[in-house]
Amino acid sequence: MSTIQPKVDEPVSDELTLVQAAKNGDVGSFEELVRRYDRNVFRIAQHITQNREDAEDVVQDAFLKAYSNLKQFQGQSKFYTWLVRIAVNEALMKLRRRRPERTVSLDEEVKTEEDSVPREVADWSPNPEQQYNQAELREILTKTIQGLPQTFRTVFVLRDVEGLSTEETAEALDLSIPAVKSRLLRARLQLRERLSRFFQRREPGAEKLEIENADDVPTNESGDGDQ
Amino acid sequence: MKCAEFLQELTNYLDGVIDDRTKSELEDHLSWCHNCYVVCDTTKKTIEIYRDSQLYELPDDLRDRLRSAIVTKCQARKKADSGNA
Repeated sequence: MSTIQPKVDEPVSDELTLVQAAKNGDVGSFEELVRRYDRNVFRIAQHITQNREDAEDVVQDAFLKAYSNLKQFQGQSKFYTWLVRIAVNEALMKLRRRRPERTVSLDEEVKTEEDSVPREVADWSPNPEQQYNQAELREILTKTIQGLPQTFRTVFVLRDVEGLSTEETAEALDLSIPAVKSRLLRARLQLRERLSRFFQRREPGAEKLEIENADDVPTNESGDGDQ
Repeated sequence: MKCAEFLQELTNYLDGVIDDRTKSELEDHLSWCHNCYVVCDTTKKTIEIYRDSQLYELPDDLRDRLRSAIVTKCQARKKADSGNA
């Protein structure tokens, strides 16, 4: 079985030049950096906050904070990793404001031993996503990932959707590498388990599972199931 | 190798960051354990489906509006900073 092929990074050879120009006050260079990463920041923010208006705010706040603190960026990491770190923190602050009754952080303890053991091991159809139309598939994927605890969801999105390396994810989230790996494994297994309800191989003529059932999947989480 | 050990190594295996010896032990396990084979295969599909899903794409009009607001605020900040200098 082959391994996952990571997304190919766009060339960033001129990035430090843009950052340097922006540090010197060239707003046009900073605008180019915004163009490069606004889509990524928006996706990450919406995955964390699960709210479109909050995600829009996070995009603006994160880029403004980056602009104001450019002098702090010393170039030891990629600009994008540094920006993601700012964006994740802005998104978590939004969550805290919205849900002050819940603790929101990236390093809280999560009890997950039992849900890491696969229960559903039925094989999937050869092209599972083709069982559903585009809108249905989008809804299945959205509801399923929204059901993950925020701590797992964020690691999965940075690592597997945005294509950051394990080291970059650890840096952006201020987590250790073993913590990133452990959360990533659990996130992947939980998503797989939940998607199996929709994608498993079915006998001809069997009805498709209703999408609404995604809400019924238990999270097995204590205190962090923020769906 | 037992199934629990296989699961512990699954992420390293899928990401291709694993030494040759562990890799061959994992692949030996996969050759006879159907459940782990299915879990491994469907986990890989899970990652690929999400990676290609294009959830939460930023619409062009909103993108333009956000970028314009960011640039305006950056220019204002630059002006304020140079005024203070």
